[in-house]
Amino acid sequence: MTDARDDKYDDLLDAIAEGEGYYIECDNGHGSLPPRLACPQCGSQDISEEPLPDSGEITTHTTVTVPTPQFEDDAPYVTAIADFGPVSVTGQIRDAEPEDVETGDVVGIGVGETVTNEERLIVFEPR
Amino acid sequence: MSDPRVAGIGLTHFGKHPERTGRDMFAEAGLAALDDAGADPDDVEALYYGNFMGELAEHQGHQGPLMAEAVGLDVPATRYESACASSGVAVREAVKTVRNGEADLVLVGGAERMTNIGTAGATDALSIAADDLYEIRAGMTFPGAYALMARAYFEQHGGSREDLAEIAVKNHEHALPNEHAQMRQEITVEDALDAPIIADPLGLYDSCPITDGASAVVVASEEYAEEHDLDAPVAVTGTGQGGDKMALQDRQYHARSPATEDAGEEAYADAGIGPDDVDFLEVHDCFTIAEVLALEGLGLYEVGEAIGAAGRGETTRHGDLPVNLSGGLKAKGHPVGATGAAQVVSITKLLEGRHQRADDVPDATTALAHNAGGTVASATVHVLEVQE
Repeated sequence: MTDARDDKYDDLLDAIAEGEGYYIECDNGHGSLPPRLACPQCGSQDISEEPLPDSGEITTHTTVTVPTPQFEDDAPYVTAIADFGPVSVTGQIRDAEPEDVETGDVVGIGVGETVTNEERLIVFEPR
Repeated sequence: MSDPRVAGIGLTHFGKHPERTGRDMFAEAGLAALDDAGADPDDVEALYYGNFMGELAEHQGHQGPLMAEAVGLDVPATRYESACASSGVAVREAVKTVRNGEADLVLVGGAERMTNIGTAGATDALSIAADDLYEIRAGMTFPGAYALMARAYFEQHGGSREDLAEIAVKNHEHALPNEHAQMRQEITVEDALDAPIIADPLGLYDSCPITDGASAVVVASEEYAEEHDLDAPVAVTGTGQGGDKMALQDRQYHARSPATEDAGEEAYADAGIGPDDVDFLEVHDCFTIAEVLALEGLGLYEVGEAIGAAGRGETTRHGDLPVNLSGGLKAKGHPVGATGAAQVVSITKLLEGRHQRADDVPDATTALAHNAGGTVASATVHVLEVQE
């Protein structure tokens, strides 16, 4: 691993932490996350930053009990994909017991830290 | 345009061989394939070699030339990396090269050394087939990714952990006589359900093991095979490759594999066959749910219908469509860079009647090999047919 920033990705996490998350939208209405110079769905280069909706809905989730070394002290943890409308995001669910997480749950988005290495990551909090 | 022949095949034992280097394993498989072909090694014109985690497991990049010299060949050699589809992609390149007349005889295969870095190390190495920024940093593991797909499948189409367990039971039973297989013990549905959960709803027996091994195939043009009187009745009559978005979050579907659908359609059209013509197949069952997604993606089942296929007996060795007679990745083992070519090895042996499970498909003439990378952001499909 390197200590260098990952520009555009880290910029997004900074913004999410400030409550000002955004996503990339192309002129055909496809959403994606940065860094993007072209829409991954249609290739359009006519893209802009748009505000990320305030809440998303869990579309699928799993409780990981066998982690990679980077999450050794975090496990078990819940990884989920949340649908924010134009874009979906992957993150870990915080402030909820794994057995209570269900598809369809409404969540907000934030930035947390891993227990193992204190690395930043995208987290979801139940609404 | 004639169809390239599978002229020779070679495989190491798949299992825990932490002390064996990649070059040692590939030398064994490659030399076995050359010996099996009976062709003059001096006639080999190129090596296409699949490997995924060589940098992490062996601190070894640039493995193409290393593997060529390991089998005593002085030829252009290229490593292909498409995660777990690495040697499926390599096979495709070999087939295309021979088919378009650029070469008459090539060696293709792959190797992976994994168990030397332990379970945590291998879990980490495998995870880099996912999107680092948006998946790995959220704690996505490969079992975790397939667990997300399994839950999405259950929510959309139904199905249960019992249905997945039936797939594990089937593939373990298939592997019993396979001397190359890592897991040669019978298991029950209860064993699978009682095993520790890795990433719910997937448990230990839903997952393929961590495996060391190598595979190799000699591909010859039909003209070369005839001219040199090679015993090579099996031809690769169709090849296809598909792709998808890297991260699950950017996919339209979490419970379907469009890359498999695209690869399958291309391979069927290339061979001039359809799903109804397939007698048996080897699919990429890195997790039990992956076998379900593969069978639906290949058009062999309607979406939402393959989940119960093993339990209904349709995909067992006694069923109408035997799937993973080798034991699959699940029981034969999954040395990731070797898997795609290993599927071609197994199918060739089955079609030629020299596989331990060949008696289960005595009249088979047409089979598929389906190899997938990542969460199926890459997929290859090959059609193999007995000629004459």
